[in-house]
Amino acid sequence: MREDQAAFIELHEVCKVFEVHRRTGLLRRERREVRAVDGLSFTVPRGEMVGYIGPNGAGKSTTVKMLTGILTPSSGRLRVAGIDPSRERTRLARRIGVVFGQRTTLWWDLPLGDSFALVRRMYRIPDARYHVNLERCVQLLDLGGLLEVPVRQLSLGQRMRGDIAAALLHDPDVLYLDEPTIGLDVVSKAKVREVLRKVNAEQGTTVLLTTHDLTDIEQLCKRVMVIDQGRLVYDGALAGLHAVGESERMLVVDLEREFPPIEDLPGARPVRVEGPRQWLAFPAGQSAAPLVAALAERYPLADLSVREPDIEQVIARMYGSAP
Amino acid sequence: MVERWASGLRGYGLIVAMWIRATMVYRTSFIINTLGNFLVTGLDFVALLLMFSHIHALGGFGLPEIALLYGATCSSFGLADLLLGNADRIGQRVRDGSFDILLLRPVPVLAQAAADRFAPRRLGRIVQGLLVLGWGISRVDVNWTIGKALFTVVMVISGAAIFSAVFIAGAAFQFWAAEASEVSNSFTYGGCTLLQYPPTVFARELVRGVTFVVPLAFVNWLPALRLLGREDPLGLPGWVSCCGPLVAVAALTAAGLIWRAGLRSYRSTGS
Amino acid sequence: MRLYAAVAVSGFRRYATYRMATAAGVFTNTVFGFILAYTFTALWAERPRLGGYDQAQALTFVWVSQALLATAALLGGGFETELQERIRTGDIAIDLYRPADLQLWWLSADLGRAAFQLLGRGVVPLAAGALCFQLDLPAAPLRWLSFLLAVFMGLLVSFALRYLVALCAFWLLDGSGVNVISMLLGVFCSGMLLPLTLFPGVFGEIVRMLPWASVLQVPLDVLLGRHTGWSLAGALAFQAGWAVALLGLGRLTQARATTKVVVQGG
Repeated sequence: MREDQAAFIELHEVCKVFEVHRRTGLLRRERREVRAVDGLSFTVPRGEMVGYIGPNGAGKSTTVKMLTGILTPSSGRLRVAGIDPSRERTRLARRIGVVFGQRTTLWWDLPLGDSFALVRRMYRIPDARYHVNLERCVQLLDLGGLLEVPVRQLSLGQRMRGDIAAALLHDPDVLYLDEPTIGLDVVSKAKVREVLRKVNAEQGTTVLLTTHDLTDIEQLCKRVMVIDQGRLVYDGALAGLHAVGESERMLVVDLEREFPPIEDLPGARPVRVEGPRQWLAFPAGQSAAPLVAALAERYPLADLSVREPDIEQVIARMYGSAP
Repeated sequence: MVERWASGLRGYGLIVAMWIRATMVYRTSFIINTLGNFLVTGLDFVALLLMFSHIHALGGFGLPEIALLYGATCSSFGLADLLLGNADRIGQRVRDGSFDILLLRPVPVLAQAAADRFAPRRLGRIVQGLLVLGWGISRVDVNWTIGKALFTVVMVISGAAIFSAVFIAGAAFQFWAAEASEVSNSFTYGGCTLLQYPPTVFARELVRGVTFVVPLAFVNWLPALRLLGREDPLGLPGWVSCCGPLVAVAALTAAGLIWRAGLRSYRSTGS
Repeated sequence: MRLYAAVAVSGFRRYATYRMATAAGVFTNTVFGFILAYTFTALWAERPRLGGYDQAQALTFVWVSQALLATAALLGGGFETELQERIRTGDIAIDLYRPADLQLWWLSADLGRAAFQLLGRGVVPLAAGALCFQLDLPAAPLRWLSFLLAVFMGLLVSFALRYLVALCAFWLLDGSGVNVISMLLGVFCSGMLLPLTLFPGVFGEIVRMLPWASVLQVPLDVLLGRHTGWSLAGALAFQAGWAVALLGLGRLTQARATTKVVVQGG
């Protein structure tokens, strides 16, 4: 099939404009246009696992809602597995799985197992497939003792695992995950990540992962897309984020005695001085070697180390809200 | 189109079956709740009985005739409420965001919304309505024939269809005004209460409104007046009272269109 | 005392934020007001002075009871489902450790709610009724004042009843049965469905002595001028008696429930 080729998820100049009403007086209302997604274009090939990150209100959820067909785009072209989601929502529904971290897709008052049984019938999953998939999910996600428990009585971690299982039972080609690890304990987080890795590797499921937890991205995704104010501001390897984010690495030097802040080193600037120890910041894209050489020439060095930038800081800086 | 209907009915059946099974796990609870539903919904008839302990006729109608009106509307309303009553919760779902979940599943949204939390206890109202209807039928001064019996059955079913249309339109309205679910109560519960009394009690404008605007008069008023051999207060030609099924189809079509418009609006605004 | 005032104010505010829901509720109350007003007109046309009311008084009965419906929370919609949910989830244990009295806390919140709904959902339907029908609303400010006092007393009784119902959740896993019965009695025995003076014989005598009568029937009779002088004092005393008895019963129940929570750890 052609869709298996380059672009499995495909967005071209997609916009989503909302009209927001704000009450300005007792009866007066102000109308304002908000461009939640503003000319977004990207493609994701089949079988890739991509991190999709950005600050709150950047347009992540709106994008996912358009990709699932919940929302219709205001303009632009959008295809998932060759299907236009907003026009053929129910046909697409059989091919995608969705997990919302903050909201369950399970039936709140029914036992977990009943929810799964209902999913099976709704998605018309063949018996053999269903049993294999259920067995695998129960094992991977450790759901054995939970099938009889009503969903509302499950803990957050248990419920999330149940939600992920429900999204995988029909062998979706694409899995959208919106904050799948939010509020989970360390063990549950690890379990969720392991399952995602397995599903991606063994089934070739395409995964789009939205998260605030950068460890998720570091452990799962080779590629990251960053969205801000409805626009794609970065698309590439996680490592490359540093360069784009104009981030800095840190040279931590221990001198033999106290010196005034080192200001005469080209390409580096002092950010902190603590007795004989000084912190020098330099652009992440630049090599540390010439700096160290220049430094050793002019100052008595006792020890030194290079610190990689914190990914959270990088992201924060990209959003312009660096501390 | 046919495929969508089939898929909708199948999905509806699946979800309803699941809820019935879940309800039957707690059988005692189900029996108590159904009995409670029977009693609560029967209060209106008790009120009528209390009224008739002081009077012999209301708006020119005796108790058996009013029981016929009451039983017909309660049965129709009860059926619609059982089958579609939960579509009412759309506003709540839109507000808490869980409506999006329905849009993710490969089953038409209306079927899911209507089947969700299907409540078998609502049989209580239907049973209560049918009992009163049966009592009314046995007491009114009508020469019952097979034709008239059939006419009564058609009346109850097309009445249920008209109320269903009102439920769907009321649910769709909540796409635009998520908090205003009570407005639809005015037309559903309010309509059911209105139809329990004979049309002669009400102002003519009101009767016109529920004949030509929201066609509730076709639920029981017009067909029951025909059964009872009475003039309707608007003096419409006789064949109009036989139009219940046609009106029901038209109302359901209109409601379906409103629902689609509402859903489209939701999907373009997301709220 | 300032704490409870603050709780009441926040109860008021909480309901005031739902403007659209309030408007929708007003609409519904008005629609039902019209339907009942027409049936009452027909009823009183058959039997003028039925139940001791003339037609204008009967119509006043309809419209004022629609105006008080949300305030008195006869169809639910007050605090009780929230309290039941807290009991069911065990969150109630947190409430019990607060340095505030549980009953007074919920009473204040409920009075705040009632105050909002009296204004937000009461005024418009009554005005609509007064515009379209011939009502018998008193001109004397003192009558209105005593009416408001009677409404307040009725609210205390209504709260006390619903508090008892909510506390049942400590002992019952599924409280829906009790809720249904409570609603049933509330609608039927308060005068909401039909003025209690229309209830015949001994049955009527009994219903008029039950606590639900003080929620709607008594305030309405005060407004319609059926209680003046000593009779007014008697009516208020009737309400106060039920309020004290039921609130006291609520405290006893609460104490037993608390021991249960402490002993079983929730």
